[in-house]
Parts: sequence; structure tokens; C-alpha cells
Amino acid sequence: MQLDAKIPAGPIEKKWDTRSFENKLVNPANRRKYHVLVVGSGLAGGAAAASLGELGYRVSVFCYQDSTRRAHSIAAQGGINAAKNYMGDGDSIHRLFYDTVKGGDYRAREANVYRLAQVSNAIIDQCVAQGVPFARDYGGLLDNRSFGGAQVSRTFYARGQTGQQLLLGAYSALMRQVGAGTVKQYTRTEMLDLIVIDGRARGIVTRDMVTGQVQCVLADAVVLATGGYGNVFFLSTNAMGCNATAIFRAWKRGAGFANPCFTQIHPTCIPVAGDYQSKLTLMSESLRNDGRIWVPKAVGDKRAPGSIPEEERDYYLERRYPAFGNLVPRDVASRAAKQVCDEQRGVGEFGLGVYLDFEDSIKRLGRKIIEERYGNLFQMYEKITGEDPYTVPMRIFPAVHYTMGGLWVDYNLESTIPGLFVAGEANFSDHGANRLGASALMQGLADGYYVIPPSIGHYLGTVRSLPAADETHPACRDAERAVTERIGQLLSIQGRRTVDDFHKALGRIMWDKCGMGRTEAGLTQALEEIPRLRADFWKDVRVPGSAPSLNQSLEKAGRVADFLEHGELMVRDALERRESCGGHFREESQTEEGEALRDDVNFAHAAVWEWKGEGQSPALHKEELAFEHCLPSQRSYK
Amino acid sequence: MKLTLKIWRQASREAKGRIESLETPEISSHMSFLEMLDVVNESLERAGKEPVAFDHDCREGICGTCSLMINGQAHGPWAGTTACQLHMREFKDGDVIVIEPWRARAFPVLRDLIVDRSAFDRVLQAGGYVSVNTSSPQDANAMPIRRADAEAAMDAAACIGCGACVASCKNASAMLFVSAKVSQYAHLPQGQPERMRRVRAMVEAMDAEGFGSCTNLYECEAACPKEIKITNIALMNRDWRRSLCEEEL
Repeated sequence: MQLDAKIPAGPIEKKWDTRSFENKLVNPANRRKYHVLVVGSGLAGGAAAASLGELGYRVSVFCYQDSTRRAHSIAAQGGINAAKNYMGDGDSIHRLFYDTVKGGDYRAREANVYRLAQVSNAIIDQCVAQGVPFARDYGGLLDNRSFGGAQVSRTFYARGQTGQQLLLGAYSALMRQVGAGTVKQYTRTEMLDLIVIDGRARGIVTRDMVTGQVQCVLADAVVLATGGYGNVFFLSTNAMGCNATAIFRAWKRGAGFANPCFTQIHPTCIPVAGDYQSKLTLMSESLRNDGRIWVPKAVGDKRAPGSIPEEERDYYLERRYPAFGNLVPRDVASRAAKQVCDEQRGVGEFGLGVYLDFEDSIKRLGRKIIEERYGNLFQMYEKITGEDPYTVPMRIFPAVHYTMGGLWVDYNLESTIPGLFVAGEANFSDHGANRLGASALMQGLADGYYVIPPSIGHYLGTVRSLPAADETHPACRDAERAVTERIGQLLSIQGRRTVDDFHKALGRIMWDKCGMGRTEAGLTQALEEIPRLRADFWKDVRVPGSAPSLNQSLEKAGRVADFLEHGELMVRDALERRESCGGHFREESQTEEGEALRDDVNFAHAAVWEWKGEGQSPALHKEELAFEHCLPSQRSYK
Repeated sequence: MKLTLKIWRQASREAKGRIESLETPEISSHMSFLEMLDVVNESLERAGKEPVAFDHDCREGICGTCSLMINGQAHGPWAGTTACQLHMREFKDGDVIVIEPWRARAFPVLRDLIVDRSAFDRVLQAGGYVSVNTSSPQDANAMPIRRADAEAAMDAAACIGCGACVASCKNASAMLFVSAKVSQYAHLPQGQPERMRRVRAMVEAMDAEGFGSCTNLYECEAACPKEIKITNIALMNRDWRRSLCEEEL
């Protein structure tokens, strides 16, 4: 496997301009001759499909939801970063770049992150032009707030529904193209395999989730924008349908998978309430602007929060990190919460929670301002827990939220399979080992609006015309047959355990052994447990219903089957990376103060895994990372 | 608690449906409504039966996927709440809960509680956008927007496209949904150039999909989980009439 990042030459400020000029172009009249598939319709996929359609390519966009408007980008609450420096507080492209590389604990590619910071400003301009109703001040100008890991206010927001508004912006652009006939949308359609012909990505195998029909769709290039794999943990803040099947199938067709162990555990989620729980709900990180996080000082203090006096509270983030306080990056905040709960100072029924308290802010700013800023979040919290956060502090606990790992891509977002591009959370590119708040929306839209379209143009302009292929090509027939056989196999086992049963069992292994704290012993054990669970799955799962129908159990079964393999890859990667960095905390590698201890000598690389066949161990390749502009240092938020 | 569910079962779009009665296993009052259905489905699967198909995804009340008629109310009894955010503390032991899909000619049932809402996408394709290509438009702060206008646009833009307005309306009217999009753009300078053209095209598309008309019953506003206001419909009606006077759209 060759890992050529194809980073343009020259100073970092000029690299993107250089690449834009080097890129081959496709004549407007010729664009309609090319067919591009976009899988996933979130910020990255929706924006890419709309923009490619505007340029005149023939585009097909696929999503498993019933509408392209429902992708899980919609649930992002807090905001989107950009280096506009509208607040005049010292922000710049270079600072956004620096914060992102540092926040990612020096495990991202500098050139990509610099480009991300560069295009961040155009994203805001584009969204405003589309009619995205960002928050504004009384002068009519855009308002900003601050987020973890930054000391400037650079986060644009639309109440607590920023992801929704940005996605609906991209979706409106997409609907315009569907109306214009450049984009065809296939909703309730899952991608179940990638078709590779002569070493190039040429199409996908899909299943119509209403009729059950399996078919091949061929094209000239494929874009995967299918999101992350957080649902491998069963409980996460992802939507119920989010899955890794598209990127995992692409991996099995030859795409490198980078840093699968990099998982973000978000510090501010509503704690687990019982074993029936189906998912976890995030409370936006923006709450940390005005909320103060604390636990009782004394072990086992079970008094109601209101009757614990000020001097008996431990505002542990403010105490440990006076410079950033409650706004330390997510990985640091999550680990600190785990530590206080490990010390038996956690709150709530199971002791797995910490308080996020707005009492001081309400006193300082008044209830009305807090309501304006976070009203919908407070309301959501109250609906779920039955408690009023205006009077009783919220209880929060970390939960799996985002995966920084993903398919390896070069500077052009092309994977190791030519013609296969990967955008948004599905790729590994910009966040290193930890993503900063409000950067996922930025990256999804940067990839979709500004990076994918010229990269696709360059690819098509370079290959010019690909040999004609249709559904009768052996590669299509083989892929389609494999998909159909697998569906048949899942339905024929008729064992005793449900799909969810296996999924929950996998989730427990992953959370305990490959979650917030990871050890050599635990990971080694997980490497034995997961294959055993997988073998049980293929012997004892029960999938009711039939193939040619709307069958939600069958959909789940296929996804969980892939998670059962993907989880193992994550564990393998976590075991191999004998350092702590960002969200990956190897307990063997920490400073005396309990902070993550990186090993830049041995691990300043992206770990890229290559599929070697059934029953074979995957091969590890490394893309060494060079840091010329952000010199790696021990991250300090003190 | 234990409950009796009376659930709509329908094998496919073409098949005839019926109400089926189910006894639930033990249900905790902490569960969400959809978690209660998960538990029921697990027990059905264990008994070798087919689970009840229902649409759901984010379970945070924002994606707009869940779509259940609960005891005759779209999204159930809690105001301003989607079905996925409804919690079982609302119910008590022995309750009978009737669960049906959205009912509207424009939303055909696909299976059990799942309906096809692609008509909404098609209405938006007719004009639910600002015609701007991905490019480098002017600086975002070049055009200040009065805060009250931005807020009014945001109020309308909060619509999640779930279809509760249609399901709760005896005419199966989509006017709250359509007017929310019309109104978002009508409040913003970016929406002005296409304002008349947009409202005309979207209203035509809405009628073509087979949605009914508004007869001012306000059920949609009461059922809307995002509390979108009926005043949007008034704005849309005004704009639509104005658009009839415009010669060139």
C-alpha cells in the first residue's frame, strides 16, 4: 500500500492556491458526461452532491434515511468555527490552524489543517448567502461564542441547532439541483459494497430498504461521506442508523483505514439511566461557557447538590486548569470526569455523573439571557430527565460522540483506491487524535463545498475516459452476489439471540477495554473476546422477516456484523499505539499529574491498516507526520 | 408498569393493514416512548415474531424521522415534543395506547408505522432554496440583518419536516410545513429576489402532491413539536396573493 499524501510544494499559506491552479479542469460541456456517486447526505455529502450538481456533473446521492435532510449532521448543536476575527480578539487563519493541530494532539497533517482554516471563512459567507439564520447581535452583525480548546470567540451558531441549520442550507442547495435534474437522490438506500474495476472505484452495490432489491450502480467516481463509526459502542450520541458499513466495505476492497482507535468521548452528555437505554444525548459543549463543572469534595457525599456548601464543592476543571477552566478540550474534560468518578465522587444514582451548574451564571446574567442562549438545550434535558436545570444542576457524563479515525485520504481527499474520495467524519484527515468543538461542521462543509468538487474535477480531467462497464461486468456480478449471499446467510441462521443483544455485548467490550482508558492487558483480552462474540453471532443470531421487504432487523444485522469486525480493528490499533494522545489514553503512558503522555519519537504518524483477507491479520503502514509550523509540545491548558 | 398497545400493522404499501393488540413486557417510567417500543420489539423477536417497523433515527428530537400517532395525537400528548422525546412517565400501569402511522393521501404507508414523506422533498425542490452556487460570495457581514428579522427567520427555520402538521390536520394540509420555509426566506434579504416565484412554485407543488387546504383549525400548530406558528401560513397566503399580481416571476 502506497501512502503518498500528495501535499503541494511551497509555503503552507500557498499550498491550497498552488493545488487549485495545478488541478486539471473539466470543460463545462463535458461535465455532464461524468457520473459521480455520493454516499451520505450530511454536511459533507450533501454539500458535495449539491456543488458537483451545480458544476454540471451527473450526480447520484444515496442515504439510508427517508430524506436527505435527516443525516445526523442535523443533531450538531453548538456551532461552526471560522477564522473571521469578527470579534477582534486576535483570531487569524494561523491561530485556527494552530489551535486545531494542537487540539488534535499533533496527530493531524499540517497542510490539510491549514487549508481547513483557510476555507473556514468562505463557508460562513456561503451559508449566509443561502439564508442560514445565524445568531446576530443588535447591530445586525453575526455573533460568535467561544468553545473548548480556544481562547478566542470564533464559533458561529444558530441557537442550539447549528447543525440543523447548516444541513438544511446544504439540503436546500441539493433540492435545487434535484429539481434542476443534475442530481438524482436515492433515499432509504444503503450501500453494501464498493465496486472496483481495474483498480479504480467505479460504483457501489445498494440495497433498496423498502423493496429489498440489491443492485449495482456504476459511475466514474465515488465519494463516501457516510460519517463515523461511534455506534460500534452501541451507546453513543450518534443516530440509531449511523454505521460503518460503507467505509468498512471500502476497506475490504483495498482502502487504507487510518487511526481507527481515535474516538472522541464527549464530556457533556446525559448519564446512562438503565440497561434499556438505546442512545445517549449530548448537551452542547457551549454550555461550558456559562456552566461550572463540579463534584463534592468528599467521597460518597450523597447530599442534594443545593445543600452542599460552596467550600465543600470541587470545581475540578477550574482547579486543575486555571487558564482554560471549564473550557479545556473534550478529551481532557472527559478524562477528568472519569477520574473524579473513579475516586467515588461521582453524582447521580450510579455515581457516574458530574454537575454542570448554572447557578452563578443565572445570578450574574439573569435567567432570561441563559434562556436565550441555551433554552432548547435546557428544555431537552428536562424532557429526558424530568429535572429543571434552571434550579437543579445538570448531571452530565462523557459519551462516545465522534470518531477522528476513518479512511486514509491524501491532500485531495482521495483514498488509496483511485477514484474513491472520502469526506467529512468518514475520513481521518483533520482532527488528529482529538477534535475541537465546532470543528466537525467546519470540516464537513469544507470537504463538501470546497475540496471535493475540484478534486473530482482533477481526477476526471486526468483519467479523461474510463473503459465502459455495466452491471454484467464480473466485478459487479461478484460484488452483487456476495451481498445477496450474505443477506441470505444472516436470515438463515435463525439462532436464539437478537441482533441488539450482540450489539450491546460488543459495546460493553469496547467501552470497558477501548473506551476512555486503555491498557495492554484490557486490549489483549478484547482481541480474544471480540472474535469469540463474532463467531457466536454467525452461529446464533436470529434475524426475523425476509429479504425482499422493509426489514429493519436485517438492516441492523448487517451493520452489527461489520461492527463486530471493525471493533477488532480499533482494538488492534489501540494496542499498537503505545502512547497516549488526544482521545486515546493508554494508562501506561501518562505524566505524573495524570495527563496524556505522547511519544513523538515512535508514534508521530498516522497508523494505516490494510485488509489482507479473511482470517489474516491486517498489515500496518505508517504515514509519518512532519510538524514545521506547530512544534509538538506537551499540551498544556493550565 | 405493563401496557396494552393497539398498533397498526401493515406488511407493505399494497397490503391491507389492521390494528393488532399487544401486551408489553415490564416497562420502566424512565424509558422514552421509543425505548418502550424497542423492548416490545425485542420480546417479539425472541418469540420468533416480526417486530413492529417504525421510523426513528436521532432520538434527540431534531432529525424529524419519528412519526407516530399516539392515542390520536401526532407525537403524543406532550406539547412541543417529538415522539422520541416523549417519556413513559406520562403513562401508568394498565393504560391502553393506540399507535398509528401518519394518515394522509400524500404519505402512503410503507410498512406498519412507516410512511413515505418524499412529497415534502418534492415541494422543496420546487422552490425551497436561495439560488446561489457554491462559490466565494460577499463577506458574511457585508449585509447586516436586523436581529428581529434573523430571529423570525430562525423561528420558522426550526421546522424539522416530520409531517406532524399534515397528520394532525383533518384536511391533511401541508401549509404549516410549506409556510415555514416560505417565511424563513421572506424574513431575510437573501430570500427577496425569488420571494414571489418561490411561494407560487411551492404552493403549486404542494397542491400537486395531494395535500389538502387550510381551514384555520390550528391543529397543526398544536401538534408541531417545534411549535412553528400559524402566522407563517398567514404570511404565505399574503405572499401567494401578491405573487398572483406579479407578471414576471
